[in-house]
Amino acid sequence: MVKKVVESFNVEYLQVMDENGIVDKELMPKLSDKQIKEFYETMILLRAFDDKSFNMQRQGRIGTYIQYKGQEASQLGSAKVLNDDDWMFPMYRSGAALIVRKHPMHKLLQYGGGDIRGLKTTEKVNNFPISIAVGTQSPHAVGCAWASKLKGEKTVAMAYTGEGGTSRGDFHDALNFAGTNQVPAIIVCENNQYAISVPRNKQTASNTIAQKAFAYGVYGIQVDGNDIFAVYKATKEAVDKARAGKGPTLIENLTYRLADHSTSDDAKKYRSDKEVNEWLKKDPIIRLEKYMRSAKLLDDKYKKEVAAKAAAQVEEEVKKFESIPDPKPEEMLTNIYSELTPDLKEELEELKK
Amino acid sequence: MTKMNIVEAVKSALDNELKKDKSVLVMGEDVGKNGGVFRVTDGLYAKFGPNRVIDTPLSETGIMSTAIGLAVNGMKPIAEFQFSGFIYGPLDQLFTHASKVRSRSSGMFSCPLVVRTPFGGGIRALELHCESVEAFVGHMPGLKVVIPSSPYDAKGLLLSAIRDPDPVIFLEPMRIYRAIKEEVPDKEYTVPLGKAKIVEEGSDVTVISYGAMLKYTRDALAKTDYSAEIIDIRTISPLDTETIINSVKNTGRCVIVSEAPKNLGFAAEIMARINEKAFFDLEAPPVRVCGYDCAFPLAKLENFYIPDEKRIIRAVDQVMKA
Repeated sequence: MVKKVVESFNVEYLQVMDENGIVDKELMPKLSDKQIKEFYETMILLRAFDDKSFNMQRQGRIGTYIQYKGQEASQLGSAKVLNDDDWMFPMYRSGAALIVRKHPMHKLLQYGGGDIRGLKTTEKVNNFPISIAVGTQSPHAVGCAWASKLKGEKTVAMAYTGEGGTSRGDFHDALNFAGTNQVPAIIVCENNQYAISVPRNKQTASNTIAQKAFAYGVYGIQVDGNDIFAVYKATKEAVDKARAGKGPTLIENLTYRLADHSTSDDAKKYRSDKEVNEWLKKDPIIRLEKYMRSAKLLDDKYKKEVAAKAAAQVEEEVKKFESIPDPKPEEMLTNIYSELTPDLKEELEELKK
Repeated sequence: MTKMNIVEAVKSALDNELKKDKSVLVMGEDVGKNGGVFRVTDGLYAKFGPNRVIDTPLSETGIMSTAIGLAVNGMKPIAEFQFSGFIYGPLDQLFTHASKVRSRSSGMFSCPLVVRTPFGGGIRALELHCESVEAFVGHMPGLKVVIPSSPYDAKGLLLSAIRDPDPVIFLEPMRIYRAIKEEVPDKEYTVPLGKAKIVEEGSDVTVISYGAMLKYTRDALAKTDYSAEIIDIRTISPLDTETIINSVKNTGRCVIVSEAPKNLGFAAEIMARINEKAFFDLEAPPVRVCGYDCAFPLAKLENFYIPDEKRIIRAVDQVMKA
């Protein structure tokens, strides 16, 4: 008779830059000053767009909007690593990742305004339409990455999910199929602590989301999701590894949803101001600012310029959105199949009457 | 030409297409070394290898969801589900995503996959092995639903389904998998989707069926003196309304035979179309012969559930005497 340990895992946590903007030089990824400034400028733009979209919803200029406020580093630092021909399977809160991946802001407003055409990606970037059904998209990235592997292509696929999405069977399927087939997929779990009102500790009894990967023969890592450098570093390593044929990764970005779940939600009902204030101090933008100021990459003048430029760019996008003509009613019948069926032809005639 | 049953005809189609198109792959539980629980993929693993004929983990939902990702990125997955009742889990992915890839991406992406599963009862199988799922899947815009009833059509329709740019649910009539043998070309050929077939011409009454029930409907009518026009629907969606309406206008009488539960079923859809388009040509109210509105029963009772010759003939008598 024998009783022994047959398997054990270590789950790592990665933080490169702490809440005071102090960076661990050994862990710091190779980034030029220009790249760091680009990170900052993009995050300011993302925040400006998010705030503007929220206001537009309140003014009745768009319908439901889902804010990503507080998750800019988590989405920018990961989406930025992908090439245009890599695949991304976003979820409803992945607006920032989409913008990083060249999805025009006015098209996000178009979708928010009730026009499905706003989900259409540009021809050169493989952004799948956002998933509305929680967690269903992770296995698509796995299937997609599997196709790249079978075709001998070097593209990788990345899915975004929340910690709530990890409760679904689809998350299990994604990791299990990714592991058994060792496909070049990266699943980014943005653990923002809440699935609408249900806190993280009610989704799973695991200490981390990252540790779940190891059960499937997949590598997992927990990352400070409000630290742009850590997210970038962890994602880059995962993408490089996938591209080299060395298998999938689950990345847990620890972050916080600073806004309500959606414009139809009131988070005050289920979480305290004290908790939110604690997380406001960890805001990914403030943290990067602190670092950049000490590294002499940012001063008040630059900060002001960046904010003004972002605001102007967002206004430009709003104008573009407001000039988009409404979809024609018949457009709801096209693109159901590659060709109109006899029934759809009849319905089209009826619609035109 | 080779004499084939439906199992062999389906395999012949898979063999043709695996050979012809490198993006085609077969995936499912036990489809590889084992050759599938009905032997449909027997020998394909040895011929095409583990990257083309893929044994997956045992998760129907996982097969469906990863097939979507594969299809979006240029592959043509043919996913096998062992029995039709196991499709209820993957329906989530099929409805939520596969059916909407084209519309939600405004045509930028498509999802050209095929779902194959045996359907219908009559083989004394376990629970959830005999479900008639055609109405569920056919109701979802964006999906096509195909049901062959003969070896020749099984091969030709499956080749069309694989080459179709949209997701196709291919329901194979389990009860007659090996009941009919006919000459089938070894080479590739297609039978178009969306076209019903008049399998017997007649002038007294139009009798509409599909899948395994078509055979039993034909057998039943052969025992009567009626001149029945028998239509094999072949594609549930998109439906060939024209063939149905033309026939009913000619005969003025119609019986629809389907082993699915009657309530809200596909037979009702056919009746609705006849009402809309051929009402004034009717000599008698159309009649449905369907399965009962209950769970598909186990072996002891399945012969009472599935429409039999007696029920079919009774229905035809009813519309003829009206």
